[in-house]
Amino acid sequence: MDWLILFEVSLTGLASGGLFALAALAFVMVYKATRVVNLAIGEMLMAGAYLFFTFAAMFALPLWFAIPAAVLASGLLGGVIERTMIRPLLGEPPISVFMVTIGLGSVLVGLVEVIWSADQRRLPDFMPTDPILVGEAFLAPKVFWGAVIATVLIAAVLMVFRFWRGGVALRATASDQAAAYSVGINVPRVFSLSWVAGAMIAAVSGIIVGSIGGISSNMGVFGLSVVVVVIVGGLDSVLGALVAGLLVGVIEALASFYLGGEFKLLATFVVLVAVLMFRPYGLFGTHEIERL
Amino acid sequence: MQISPSGQPADPLLEVNGLTLTFGGVRALGGVGFAVQPGSITAVIGPNGAGKTSLFNTISGFYRPSAGSVYFQGADITHLPAPKRAALGLGRSFQNIALFRGLTVLDNIKLGRHAHLKTNVLDALFYMGRARREEAELRADIEARIIDFLEIDHIRHASVASLPYGLQKRVEMARALAMEPRILMLDEPVAGMNREETEDMARFILDVRAEWGVTVLMVEHDMGVVMDLSDHVVVLNFGEVIAQGPPASVQRDPEVVRAYLGSGNVGDLRKRFRSSSAQEAT
Repeated sequence: MDWLILFEVSLTGLASGGLFALAALAFVMVYKATRVVNLAIGEMLMAGAYLFFTFAAMFALPLWFAIPAAVLASGLLGGVIERTMIRPLLGEPPISVFMVTIGLGSVLVGLVEVIWSADQRRLPDFMPTDPILVGEAFLAPKVFWGAVIATVLIAAVLMVFRFWRGGVALRATASDQAAAYSVGINVPRVFSLSWVAGAMIAAVSGIIVGSIGGISSNMGVFGLSVVVVVIVGGLDSVLGALVAGLLVGVIEALASFYLGGEFKLLATFVVLVAVLMFRPYGLFGTHEIERL
Repeated sequence: MQISPSGQPADPLLEVNGLTLTFGGVRALGGVGFAVQPGSITAVIGPNGAGKTSLFNTISGFYRPSAGSVYFQGADITHLPAPKRAALGLGRSFQNIALFRGLTVLDNIKLGRHAHLKTNVLDALFYMGRARREEAELRADIEARIIDFLEIDHIRHASVASLPYGLQKRVEMARALAMEPRILMLDEPVAGMNREETEDMARFILDVRAEWGVTVLMVEHDMGVVMDLSDHVVVLNFGEVIAQGPPASVQRDPEVVRAYLGSGNVGDLRKRFRSSSAQEAT
């Protein structure tokens, strides 16, 4: 056993786990506020990456402009999705909304293939390319900087939702919609806000994931691992999303290094099954038992 | 029914005119009308299923009436969404306690002030300037007034889910008070409470009016509480007002006695059902 390699692989896993955590945060935000299981999370990531590609590579806009523009455009997309597809389903059984998000995923894939074709593409490089050394371990610069961006963004999001009253409103809405409505919280706006914020966060992780591995119309597969992260973490727990993100990141890295790339998703789903067997609410999820 | 200002002695704080609410073919409210005078304690009573909670939900904006109007401080609020009504000064509690279960008592109460805060995202991101000032002021104000007043100082940092029922009711009232309401709407404030808790709550309701000058509108089943506290009693049955007035006169009203105890006359009951189903058919 080569400890340096193990360390290196784990480190890479942790770093890409940061990306899982970020994408999972986008999912949890929507789920917490609206109780919608958004299976199109991977496709929303992809949409963000393609919007960035459009602004940066096709329109050749400077990066400082292209990144915020892609994020804002994704936020707009999230808002439109909420208004046109999710809001009309308010009060419908969760399974209907769930199916709609699956449909949304294929619509987004279709749009991407129509507009940008199904070819794999490279995003313009925008992260520093000097190799990163942690002790003696080498870490790919893109992975490292991606993790840094993810960490900073997660921290910022947590700050906003801790101290901004809109964040408090979101937590209150998640807890009890009727009560939130009665104290003057505009619940429909919280719904929109959570989709907009979720789409923007997803776009950032899409841009990072895309600049590490390139973008293509089947990029949404990343969403599969994100859904595992979210379920393992417990659906409505932000802390759970972060911890499970890192866990899944490390496990995928170890599995693909020691067992081979084809074992990556297998390992992920083994973790999912194991966690669900012992903690059906996920690691940090709310136990939905009501005392009556 | 007349539209505000009506011929009442003072302009009413809240006035409900011909309020009708239907769910599919079921008529929950049929032309309910009454007025709440400023500074009064008004109670809505009636048998189970009389439409009391539906009335509350319509006044606070959760349900849209199919006909009729709600006036608050002389302005028509029939079509305002609930959060706007909350900002205008309609604070309420719920029959089956609706607290933010994951949060502490203090956070729950602070959320009552939500509609009045002005902080924006950037302030909050750096937790400075207006956000910090507003937060500090809010906290001091809430601690000094509401928490002391309702005697829940010892549980302020407790999670609401862990509290016994009576205290949860009190926290819910504290949250409604934090909204700085002009009118406090309490849906069964003493339901499920023992005698001691009931007496505490009755005292709080009286003190709220005396110290804060808040008008109270409540739905309550406990006749002792209703008769002791209220200035004006509105009796609902089958979604209609069958009597209203001072507690003593309502108590003697034959219609009210019949609604609560039954008339003992089966033919009368059958006639009543027939007329109400005939009304639904039209």
